[in-house]
Amino acid sequence: MSRLSTSARRVLTLLALVSVSVAAWAAGADLGQADKQATNWTAIGMFGLFVLGTLFITKWAAAKTRSASDFYTAGGGITGFQNGLAIAGDYMSAASFLGISAAVMASGFDGLIYSIGFLVGWPVITFLMAERLRNLGKFTFADVAAFRFQQAPIRIFAASGTLVVVAFYLIAQMVGAGQLIKLLFGLEYWIAVVIVGALMMVYVLFGGMTATTWVQIIKACLLLGGASFMAFMVLLHFGFSPEAMFAGAVQIKTDLALKDGKVAEAAASIGQSIMGPGNFVKDPISAISFGMALMFGTAGLPHILMRFFTVPSAKEARKSVMWATGWIGYFYLLTFIIGFGAITFVLINPQFLDAKGGLLGGNNMAAVHLANAVGGNVFLGFISAVAFATILAVVAGLTLSGASAVSHDLYATVLKKGKADSAAELRVSKITTVCLGVVAVVLGIAFEKQNIAFMVSLAFAIAASANFPVLFMSVLWKDCTTKGAVIGGFLGLVSSVGLTVVSPSVWEATLGNPKGSALFPYTSPALFSMAIGFAGIWLFSVLDKSQRARVDRAGFLAQQVRSETGIGAATASAH
Amino acid sequence: MDESLVQRIASNPAYLQLKAKRSRFGWWLTLAMMVVYYGFILLVAFDKAFLSQLTGDGVMTVGIPLGFGVIVFTIVITAVYVRRANTEFDELSSAVAKAVLK
Repeated sequence: MSRLSTSARRVLTLLALVSVSVAAWAAGADLGQADKQATNWTAIGMFGLFVLGTLFITKWAAAKTRSASDFYTAGGGITGFQNGLAIAGDYMSAASFLGISAAVMASGFDGLIYSIGFLVGWPVITFLMAERLRNLGKFTFADVAAFRFQQAPIRIFAASGTLVVVAFYLIAQMVGAGQLIKLLFGLEYWIAVVIVGALMMVYVLFGGMTATTWVQIIKACLLLGGASFMAFMVLLHFGFSPEAMFAGAVQIKTDLALKDGKVAEAAASIGQSIMGPGNFVKDPISAISFGMALMFGTAGLPHILMRFFTVPSAKEARKSVMWATGWIGYFYLLTFIIGFGAITFVLINPQFLDAKGGLLGGNNMAAVHLANAVGGNVFLGFISAVAFATILAVVAGLTLSGASAVSHDLYATVLKKGKADSAAELRVSKITTVCLGVVAVVLGIAFEKQNIAFMVSLAFAIAASANFPVLFMSVLWKDCTTKGAVIGGFLGLVSSVGLTVVSPSVWEATLGNPKGSALFPYTSPALFSMAIGFAGIWLFSVLDKSQRARVDRAGFLAQQVRSETGIGAATASAH
Repeated sequence: MDESLVQRIASNPAYLQLKAKRSRFGWWLTLAMMVVYYGFILLVAFDKAFLSQLTGDGVMTVGIPLGFGVIVFTIVITAVYVRRANTEFDELSSAVAKAVLK
């Protein structure tokens, strides 16, 4: 039995809760293992409606998807507002919706620290990256990183970085989908994984980026709408007084501690503890390292970066991040209210508790039970369907970015030296999509019983330590060279994966080695692996005296001129 | 883009102004964001008592409005950049394009 369902049994003991859920979200708000529930036909019906709607969109998008450019970037015809919603959709995963609201329910303030970490990368992307990315890139972030460098080595690095990040992120999503479906729909694990894999392939294969984007936009609207309704109902209950909501939650936590046998004073302090930081941050190094992974990882996630190429201009790219930041920030405020609402509506409602006083289905069901409490069975079905749709949409985006890396970077640029025709490139990306889909389903099933809590945070750490430094240095540092970028990038990649393997969350929790045997004591490698990545790029660029290095440095001016003004940038294709 | 166009843009005064202004503004805002976020994280790491202290007679602590403040700050600082970029920087940028692309 996993730690989340174990923790559900001890839900009354706040301290136990804090330590368990902290381990879980420090590693990425993963959904963990879940018990199968009774089949929920309302939820399945609602999800069926969503699928039907998105299949119509895919049919419409398929008619528009003819060239490689349509497939990778929807022909560059997405507006800033639409793209902002799609980016927000990529970011508001089921794990962040269910995981963060569960974390807030369990320990209040600590859940807030987590959501803040996810948000603060966006302004940095806006200030330093978004417009330059749009001005330099065409289909993938490798277009930007390789702009003035020797194509083959950089592309091979970028494709590796993309595929590794996508693989870990995909596995986490697939396993999450299977667990969630057991919980919400009462279906078998493998059925859920196969459904996600099959639908995702249909979206990407036939509708390319256009379908992937619209699926994401629709899901983002449904999720924002549903979460807004829940937060509204919670606030309504307290007469729109936050003080009343917090006071109610503190009272309930105090009562629960009293019932657990604590003396009055200790119980009051346990109750009040949800209003301040608890054990989320074990040591300052882990805190900063984890913060860096979240902040800079966002700027290195390939499925997020590719969205900057779907808009027609740098101005729209900038508007995209503005909207995305606004929606994501709003969403995290909602999850905070939802988490506190769950304390009041769910934590002491016998309808949602098992014999031992834990939440039915585990702590991650907090938001789902709250949906039932404030909106009845139909709204419960709606929220369950939205949670599943969320995974589907994120998985489609991940697969598309993995397929682009293979077909555009490896096939068209490295193998065919940029001379592949659009039709052949499109064919390769579709074959890759099918392969990635099959691999995702197989890995999803293979990892069912594994503790994969570390995978999302590992994806962020790799993105921050490999993709981000290469992108950042190639765009902003004149003396960066091909050799420096490739060696430094691979150093960042290898060190972030290596340090994660020997950290407690993998070495002890997943590989089963004894407690305390992990060589690397911190929760996230980013502080160290980012430093290794940047230092590697700097050192090997400075030492690089080759002929190629002169060409690389000489190319900076033209690159800078284009990145600043957009003159010469790839434009939207006509439709 | 051919070499002469690159040179023409690179020596255009509006371009130089755009580059300098945007990069200075971007870096200052980045710095502000880092100070606010890592300031918050360091408070969480080193001074939990400060964040947990009550603001009044009720249950409200210093930490909750501060945390919400960081979220709001993040959105506002992004808006500040986008507003200036949409007006001043875009004007400079189109001035450059007008001057060099005839």
